[in-house]
Amino acid sequence: MMSPMKIVVCVKHVPDAAASRRFDDSDHTVDRAGVDGLLSELDEYALEEALKIRDTAGDGGEVVVLTVGPEPASDAVRKSLQMGADSGVHVVDGAIAGSDALATSQVLARAIDRIGGWDLVLCGMASTDGSMGVVPAMLAERLSVPQVTYAAEVVVDGTQVTVRRDGDLATETVEAEAPLVISVTDQINEPRYPSFKGIMAAKKKPVDRWSLADIGVDPADVGLSAAWSVVASTEARPPRSQGEVVIDEGDGAGRLVDYLVGQKFV
Amino acid sequence: MSEVLVLVDHVEGAVGKTTYELLTLARRLGEPAAVFIGPGIDDARESLRAYGAEKVYVVDSPDMSDYLVVPKAEALAHLVEQAAPTAVLMSSSLEGKEIAGRLAVRCGSGLITDAVDVVAGADGPVTTQSVFAGSYTVQARVTTGTPIITVKPNSTTPELADGAAVEAPVEITVSDAAKAARVVNREPRKRSGRPELTEAAIVVSGGRGTGGDFAPVEELADALGAAVGASRAAVDSGWYPHSYQIGQTGKTVSPQLYVACGISGAIQHRAGMQTSRTIVAVNKDAEAPIFELVDFGVVGDLKSVLPQAAEAVRQRKG
Repeated sequence: MMSPMKIVVCVKHVPDAAASRRFDDSDHTVDRAGVDGLLSELDEYALEEALKIRDTAGDGGEVVVLTVGPEPASDAVRKSLQMGADSGVHVVDGAIAGSDALATSQVLARAIDRIGGWDLVLCGMASTDGSMGVVPAMLAERLSVPQVTYAAEVVVDGTQVTVRRDGDLATETVEAEAPLVISVTDQINEPRYPSFKGIMAAKKKPVDRWSLADIGVDPADVGLSAAWSVVASTEARPPRSQGEVVIDEGDGAGRLVDYLVGQKFV
Repeated sequence: MSEVLVLVDHVEGAVGKTTYELLTLARRLGEPAAVFIGPGIDDARESLRAYGAEKVYVVDSPDMSDYLVVPKAEALAHLVEQAAPTAVLMSSSLEGKEIAGRLAVRCGSGLITDAVDVVAGADGPVTTQSVFAGSYTVQARVTTGTPIITVKPNSTTPELADGAAVEAPVEITVSDAAKAARVVNREPRKRSGRPELTEAAIVVSGGRGTGGDFAPVEELADALGAAVGASRAAVDSGWYPHSYQIGQTGKTVSPQLYVACGISGAIQHRAGMQTSRTIVAVNKDAEAPIFELVDFGVVGDLKSVLPQAAEAVRQRKG
């Protein structure tokens, strides 16, 4: 008999994409001051999928939500608990600020080691701020497990996991054994909203706060000064200036084509 | 001069245009060395040579295509160790970025993704990236290990350059760990006959304003020889497949010409198209934010404007 699954979901607290985002002039890190943060929308799909896997199995499985980030990132944990995660872990340490994806994947991996006994790690396809989309692959490499990314459908049967990926060239069916890392796309499900009951229940759920020392990561290995790449400059692009806008009075298509011909597109 | 590894994007020997762009960029940094993984080198050799590959590493093993990205990362890690290249370049495709992520951890190397330009610098390659929905440009370089850089399609114009294309077969054994996730079925996507979305010079895309009918969008696209894209609203409504979605959770395109039809232009959409050279929009709503970005806009009903425009384009082309 298969024991109940333990699923770790990695989530990120990100600046709201609808707000005006900018860089800090002094060190070229993302300026988070004055921009509201929220649980990265793309991570909600990972959490929803974890909750569905747990609830479909219905055998007492567990969903642990994990975040790395400064104090306000606890909002992302709280929202996840409200949606239905069982417990949370927030790795918070001043030394983490400015970490690149490589260091972030290191912190996540060591925190996941400490959580222990896990079967699946679920992530969103990318963050909505850095949006590199490389952390799931880096994390899998560090945890020495396979990764199946951009999952559009996940079916779990015991330790056997079947994933559908809709690639550019083909739709692939991938089979893998837990433990593994899966990243999911926004096509996989429709994330739930926290219910009133969920919001109340979340207040009693356990959240661990760990420092780097708690997970055995040397502060010198993370943060801006340890990054393996350096930003030399950041520059706001001049806003696009609006060109000519015409109102169609029967001649809109003709004027459009005249423009395209003038620009040598036709 | 030391080598610059370029991972070749190909489907059984049919090489993608992005590879020629990468070879062109690699030449600025050192000696371009193509890394060709999988079957089909006979169909690829001549074009790799013509775009300047001085060397072609060939890694052909059935394990390479059945086990997702890990074997490819292992092959590249082996070459990084053996050839000590100046940099490793690959395409910013989903697969390219995953390989790059694994490779960076494995080699202890810094990684830069989604570069739109790469030039040689005193301390190694300097990249330009376009971030926050195209509202900022960032210049960066890798400081640790072999720089691993993924480059967006259409970042440069491929240039012909006679390479020697000296072939070097690579024997590697794929680890068992790399085989733990296996592709058991692969259903090729139906070809639309149109250019590939991320590589196309012209993209015509449709959104909520199409009301679900993409025929006018496709008609104009075909008249212009363009690829067809869709907004998230159109994809979420089930009107067009997800693989054509442009925006934050879909593809990023940077064509010469982008024609947005019935798309309001929310920030998530702009993230996927804002760096297009020229932007044109057709929308009934004069207040749509997309008009703030356009070089030319038509306030009108796409159902009449697009077919008329397509007809006019066809006539011009004769």
